[in-house]
Amino acid sequence: MNASFLIIQKVIDKNGLVFSFLLVGIIIFLSFWVSEKILKKRVPGSAIAIIAGLVLAYIGGKISGGKNGIADIGLFSGFAIMGGAMFRDFTIVATAMGADFTIIKRTGLFGLLSLFIGILLAFFLGAAISFALGYRDPVSMATIGGGACTFIIGPVTGGALGASSEVISLSIAAGVIKSVLVTIATPIVAKKIGLNNPQSAMVYGGLIGTTSGVAAGLAATDVKLVPYGAITATFYTGLGCLLCPSILYLVIRLLMGS
Amino acid sequence: MIIYGVAVLAACYIVGLFFGEYLGNILNINANVGGVGFAMLLLILVNYWLKKRNLFTRELNEGVGFWSNMYIPVIVAMSGIQNVVAAMSQSMVALLAGILPTGLCFILVYIYSKRNKSAIFQQSIQ
Repeated sequence: MNASFLIIQKVIDKNGLVFSFLLVGIIIFLSFWVSEKILKKRVPGSAIAIIAGLVLAYIGGKISGGKNGIADIGLFSGFAIMGGAMFRDFTIVATAMGADFTIIKRTGLFGLLSLFIGILLAFFLGAAISFALGYRDPVSMATIGGGACTFIIGPVTGGALGASSEVISLSIAAGVIKSVLVTIATPIVAKKIGLNNPQSAMVYGGLIGTTSGVAAGLAATDVKLVPYGAITATFYTGLGCLLCPSILYLVIRLLMGS
Repeated sequence: MIIYGVAVLAACYIVGLFFGEYLGNILNINANVGGVGFAMLLLILVNYWLKKRNLFTRELNEGVGFWSNMYIPVIVAMSGIQNVVAAMSQSMVALLAGILPTGLCFILVYIYSKRNKSAIFQQSIQ
């Protein structure tokens, strides 16, 4: 009994990625079953599967105390590869095969505009919240503002400006909350905000910007919209890393009169 | 051979990320600026070019299509490795800074799609 358990564990340890294919397949099968039979398709199967993933991440984080959700538990370490940036970006690029270039060209200007508006909005709102709750020096305000954009822009901004590690971890938390919120809220509000066509998806991707949130949110809403949202969202983090620690930080300093 | 499709996809991916990394380097920031976006545009253009010259084959389509269909499973795995515990146990600052801007962006999407709809409507009656 014990020996066979060890053998199973050995095989899984050496084949984490393949094992994660099996597990994700089971999760998706069960999610689509629940969506169809129990919820009568009122909630899309992919949305249930993604939420199931988040629940697993919560359980994994609670048990292990680590940062990488379920992947911090030995048996599930393959999730880190399958759900890591490489596979995520590779499959996002593959979805572009179904995108209509004329729509992207036609909505391009709005997409670009939405990128700038999205970053400015999140940054200054984040900085204002930081100010209101007592983090009133320009460096902390800019760092938390960056975190309100994405969980990468926050620490990049804080690192460049020399923010305290407490503020940097707050900025990461703000970005992670945004990403999880976008994942869960997008399929719920999609119909009400008119997010059902490629043009809106491009603007949405530019405004929201957090790649993992946009990717998961659109996947749960309508997979056909994914390439349009992703194509603008992937510019957001780079642009934010460019603007937040430089020109936007200077604007904050100017506003604060220091 | 299906691998040709996968290879074309991989080529677009690598070249796109290279662009993004290079752009980040020129701008002197430690981030990939739009690499995935460039890769997507490249794939769309290559796809268009191959179709125009009748070089586009069913196998090519299948090679890319497989990865395109793996998208949702990968996103499910990605959800599984998020730091959800941190997201749920943070202070007010992080909570508000994460939630308020997101809510505002949803409202802006609403305003845009409403305007966009009326613009399309006006075009159609003109």
